[in-house]
Amino acid sequence: MRGSRAATVEDSAAALPAEVLAVDRVSVRIRGRAVLDDVSFTIHESELTGLIGSNGAGKTTLFRVILGLTRPCAGRVSIEGGGLSRTNPLVGYVPQKIGLDADLPLRARDLVGLGLDGHRFGFALPSKARRQLVENALEGVDAGRFADARVGTLSGGEQQRVMIAYALVSRPRLLLLDEPLANLDLRSEQEVVELLSLVAREQRVAVLISAHEMNPLLPVMDRVVYLAGGRAASGTTAEVVRPEVLSHLYGHHVDVLHVHGRIIVVAGPSLGSAEAMRAEEADAAADEDT
Amino acid sequence: MSGIVSLAFAPGFFSSAPVRSAVVAGGVVAIVSAVVGVFTVMRGQSFAGHALSDMGTTGGSGAFLVGVSPLWGFVTVSVAAVAAMELIGIRRPRGRDVSTGIVFGAALGLAALFLYWDTTVKNASGAAMTILFGSLFTVSASTVPVVVVLASLSLALVFALFRPLLLSSVSPDLAAARRVPVRLVGIGYLLAMAVAVSLAAYTIGAILSTALLVGPAAAAMRLTKSPWATLVLATLLGTAATLVGIVLAYDSYGWPPAGHGWPVSFFVVTLVFTFYLLAGVPELRRARGDRLPADRRVGERGIARGAGKRGES
Ligand SMILES: Nc1ncnc2c1ncn2[C@@H]1O[C@H](COP(=O)(O)OP(=O)(O)OP(=O)(O)O)[C@@H](O)[C@H]1O
Ligand SMILES: [Mg+2]
Repeated sequence: MRGSRAATVEDSAAALPAEVLAVDRVSVRIRGRAVLDDVSFTIHESELTGLIGSNGAGKTTLFRVILGLTRPCAGRVSIEGGGLSRTNPLVGYVPQKIGLDADLPLRARDLVGLGLDGHRFGFALPSKARRQLVENALEGVDAGRFADARVGTLSGGEQQRVMIAYALVSRPRLLLLDEPLANLDLRSEQEVVELLSLVAREQRVAVLISAHEMNPLLPVMDRVVYLAGGRAASGTTAEVVRPEVLSHLYGHHVDVLHVHGRIIVVAGPSLGSAEAMRAEEADAAADEDT
Repeated sequence: MSGIVSLAFAPGFFSSAPVRSAVVAGGVVAIVSAVVGVFTVMRGQSFAGHALSDMGTTGGSGAFLVGVSPLWGFVTVSVAAVAAMELIGIRRPRGRDVSTGIVFGAALGLAALFLYWDTTVKNASGAAMTILFGSLFTVSASTVPVVVVLASLSLALVFALFRPLLLSSVSPDLAAARRVPVRLVGIGYLLAMAVAVSLAAYTIGAILSTALLVGPAAAAMRLTKSPWATLVLATLLGTAATLVGIVLAYDSYGWPPAGHGWPVSFFVVTLVFTFYLLAGVPELRRARGDRLPADRRVGERGIARGAGKRGES
């Protein structure tokens, strides 16, 4: 069983960029309820993968498993072929909510500095090399302009950039972003998405972005991991976002509509309620955009 | 020049032994309170700080009764209180407030009993004043080294934890993802705070210690943008308030009512409060600045000037 799985991974390794993260048959139960059920997928260097699922689908839980903060009841996670180590410099993480007060005396550059060595005991002596690393990370996400502003006073989109610099400054192999597009307007959304796509390719990191809406990610997403009903399907968008695959995940029939280059997932005729309503809203939004 | 010096410092200031002890102990305590206080404010733990010093009162008054320096009482009880708060707080975060409140009430009840015995049985009529409101001038030369050692321990702990503590104060989620042992760092910090608060309670008084802990930090935070700048400014403000407080208190022996100096703690806390208010001025001016151009625009468009005036006041 394990032998055959390893063989398939090796076979595809020739064609695909190097594998950075492998989630292997992971199941998580919280208070007796199965939140994730036998989830497997891999993500690769220089690729941007979307982790798509509605509210409560288990996206944050999956991130916590990858970070080693939640223990799965079955399965394992490996990063660069190794298990989860005690301190994981290989993973950069931007949580869903940070909520920094405007009166917190912390400049963007101080926060990015903490991304470099915030887990180490003691304090950092100022050094030119350190300042340069922080500066580069901020410039790399086009956040040099607000390096000296208090983080709490920045707008949502600006804060998101600073957080990305925070996560990238330690040069991780894997970058996890939990709902980085929530609360952003269309333009910032696009800017952040393009930035992340650039980061993936230029810095050769594997980027995993969670979102409840896949459309903003469509132009840049190399692969998708779709979470529903605790289970996951992964592959390219064309492979995964199909009625047969998603109906299997949801456990009931769903349709996949393509409208003006957007994808809308709708519950089938038998269960017309909530999903269809949401599809109608998304549809209206799509019309407004074009 | 010497005229100004003799005006500011009453005769005998520089040769007085109690003044020397007060300056050293007060200065050291001001530094440690300010540094620890910056994190207290960032973490929103002023209540915990206040609770610790109030519980320490029980220890301070108990120590008085047994004839030991109240400093030991403050330290022992507030460090024990940290352990108790941790044990209580583990399972039910919501219950923590209530439990702290209840433990804290019981501790103050004991403090009331001990203070009563201090004044009646031990005939130490000044005990209540000393414990609750402190008195820097009664710090004995022999306790000064103890104060310095305890303060150094507390500072060393804060600086040893500096980066993980800052990161987990900014966001526990970020810290946890970096495998920072957030809870352990939090306990370590509470211990440093227990020692700092005990020192402040011993010198400035149990009731006023929170002002010295939180005041300079809160004032500095209004004026600075980075953690280090805040630490430095808070330390300067705390030390300035304490040293100037000592000078004023010494001078006040010549003020009415004659022959009874005013309490040092009064001056220190009043200065801290003044700094805090003054630190708010730039922010206030900025807010006015943000509003003014809009008011002018209203005026230019020829809409009743009164509207602009009302906006300004
Ligand atoms: N600590 C917890 N205690 C109880 N239930 C939890 C806990 N953490 C997660 N859950 C449950 O697990 C499920 C998945 O939660 P998760 O936060 O992973 O969803 P999500 O996909 O991130 O949702 P969202 O889009 O709203 O952020 C939810 O039903 C949630 O109620
Ligand atoms: Mg989530």
